[in-house]
Amino acid sequence: MNMLLDLFLTFAKVGVMTFGGGYAMLPILQRELVENKHWAAEEELVDYFAIGQCTPGVIAVNTATFVGQKFKGIVGGIVATLGVVFPSLVIISLLAGVISAFSHLQWVQHAFGGIRICVCILICNAVVKLYKKAVVDKITLVVFLLVALGAYFLSVSPVLFVVLSAVIGIAVKNWGVRK
Amino acid sequence: MMLYLRLFYEFFKAGLFAIGGGMATIPFLYDMADATGWFTYNDLANMIAVGESTPGPVGVNMATYVGYVTGQSAAGIPGAILGAVIATLGLVTPSIIIILIIAAFLKSFRDNRYVDSAFYGLRPASTGLIVAAGLSVAVSNLFFTDTLAQGLSLAVLNWKGWILAVILWVLTNKVKKTKGLHPIIFILASAVVGVVFSM
Repeated sequence: MNMLLDLFLTFAKVGVMTFGGGYAMLPILQRELVENKHWAAEEELVDYFAIGQCTPGVIAVNTATFVGQKFKGIVGGIVATLGVVFPSLVIISLLAGVISAFSHLQWVQHAFGGIRICVCILICNAVVKLYKKAVVDKITLVVFLLVALGAYFLSVSPVLFVVLSAVIGIAVKNWGVRK
Repeated sequence: MMLYLRLFYEFFKAGLFAIGGGMATIPFLYDMADATGWFTYNDLANMIAVGESTPGPVGVNMATYVGYVTGQSAAGIPGAILGAVIATLGLVTPSIIIILIIAAFLKSFRDNRYVDSAFYGLRPASTGLIVAAGLSVAVSNLFFTDTLAQGLSLAVLNWKGWILAVILWVLTNKVKKTKGLHPIIFILASAVVGVVFSM
């Protein structure tokens, strides 16, 4: 089979089987890329994943770009990425059409009333997990509090906080600002 | 045409600055709701739920959904499909560019102390941003904000919502049998509770 087509289809399959993203994806990538296709060694995959987590963007997308470019250069990277987002495009578009057609019904609105409460708790749980990894000392605690309060009460773009906190991280770690 | 350019630009920005997976996209979507008026906070909470309960990475799902809804209100179904495609491409374009650059010097990137130290600051900031966005969802769903304008009273409290929230928190954190379950199960159960108790 044509390698580009193979990249597209394999990552489309990963996209369909991924539910929730992030860490949930690692076992699926392992099975498809390491065991089935032999496209990457186990350690390579862990590397891609680690870099995917500490670069901007969605981890699944970053991994797809890496593997694609390894085999077919820039075009491969792009094709693999399009593969991983393709199922989302189809499924969400169909679902959004259905939801908007029924959203005026009373019971559908009630259902979403309950769902939104659940979303609050899901975000809360995700934050607790992230917090444990991110807030490791006094400086990171201060950054966390300032950003949380600043983003809630001031209407400035999140971009500002992201750029500032990266600068603070570099300053603290490299230029000997005391802890 | 302007709408689609703006859609691409907004999601390009989210793709470039959202660090640490799906939830990190949420603060940018809130910022988008404020800045563009394309959707409300409540719409957004629905989009998060759909993104969590469908196959595919959450961040990508949410971008597709936002693009679909925004395009639909401008130009019907064809506009919706175009919007979904453009928002999704906007989100992944920065990743593609950055990863292709990094792939060229993979080893030196991972061992670079500046990269490492930037993330020392970025991780708590990203968490803080999600907290702020989460607070906005929580306030608009656990309180009746339109009643709040008429003065402070118990009527402001969405008490059914609070009860469900406490139950869900206990089930997802404290009960051994249920805390490992996939989020979609809690989302579906909450939908049923919402219908039964007219939430």
